[in-house]
Amino acid sequence: MANIFEKFIKAFFKNLFRRKKHIKLGLYGPPNAGKTTLANKICEDWLGESMGKVTNVPHETREIQIKEQINIKSGNKEISFNLVDTPGIATKIDYEDFMKFGLTAKKAKKRAKEATKGVIDSIRWLDNMDTVVVVLDATKDPYSQVNITIIGNLEARKIPVLVVANKVDLKKAKIKKVQSAFPQYHVVGISAKYGNNIDEFYESLFKVVG
Amino acid sequence: MLTLQFVPYSEIEYISSVGRIRKLLNIAKENRIVLLEGRLKKEEEAELIKATMEEINKDFKGIELSVIYPNKKESDLFRKLKKGFVNMLLGDRQGLTIIGPASIVREIKKDPDKIQLFTEDDTRAKKRRKK
Ligand SMILES: Nc1nc2c(ncn2[C@@H]2O[C@H](COP(=O)(O)OP(=O)(O)O)[C@@H](O)[C@H]2O)c(=O)[nH]1
Ligand SMILES: [Mg+2]
Repeated sequence: MANIFEKFIKAFFKNLFRRKKHIKLGLYGPPNAGKTTLANKICEDWLGESMGKVTNVPHETREIQIKEQINIKSGNKEISFNLVDTPGIATKIDYEDFMKFGLTAKKAKKRAKEATKGVIDSIRWLDNMDTVVVVLDATKDPYSQVNITIIGNLEARKIPVLVVANKVDLKKAKIKKVQSAFPQYHVVGISAKYGNNIDEFYESLFKVVG
Repeated sequence: MLTLQFVPYSEIEYISSVGRIRKLLNIAKENRIVLLEGRLKKEEEAELIKATMEEINKDFKGIELSVIYPNKKESDLFRKLKKGFVNMLLGDRQGLTIIGPASIVREIKKDPDKIQLFTEDDTRAKKRRKK
């Protein structure tokens, strides 16, 4: 009798924890690649609301943003995850670059300070991720060391990666070049802003999350 | 003025990750370009970026970083055959790492076969020529 009771308790807690365990899906990449635009697209598609502010000024996202419990369905497949939008990773931050967008020196310096903290947090959070979507601007050189460092660190931590070549709506976008830079990864070309090829992105996500 | 400082692998081989990163970052902060024989570990690259971010101020704007991997041109099969053996002997001693202060090195462009260092002096020279 006691035995059955024990089993029941164990099963109960097992279920409780299973339900609580959510995949953390991180968005990484260099600043301005379109991480937040993609986060908004995902949230709009599956929750009907947006997630974060998007501007053309780099380092708009300076703190980790989390949207909990997003369920994506396709056919009879379903995945559920917490979406983590990161400030992204850069090796340099110059406050004077922000002044070119019309910020005062004081505001630009404050933004730079916050941006450096954001990069540090992004790197710290790498260890918490279960799966990562690396968002790259397909109009830019994919061989930048930041991209290679991000992907290398995910590889070293054995975190599954999906590479997104974003901004394919622009003429200068070169998906093939991104593919040849990261031949060992699944690369999907999308426009986070206009929704081009977003279904293929979700399909790829199913494959990577498994 | 462009100053390059060559750091042989033997100089960092037996110091801790923290010490390595400190050493390299200090050279870059003195406005010199580091040419390191070999590579950092992936995790050390991330730590280097973290340390760089902590030190950014109005004079130090960060770094340009580039790692050149060896044997890029060799055929895949040959590379795979050799890799195991050479890695055993040389490990992270292979390749070359360039770390430059961002205020001096504007960007390091890398294609599989070539690498280009754009310095701030180049930019200014180009602008002048355009005028
Ligand atoms: N043309 C185009 N622009 C995009 C796309 N995705 C993002 N952007 C633009 O790129 C800039 C940076 O986007 P954002 O999402 O803030 O980048 P993040 O820094 O990676 O989060 C903004 O001006 C966006 O409107 C895209 O698919 N196509
Ligand atoms: Mg953002």
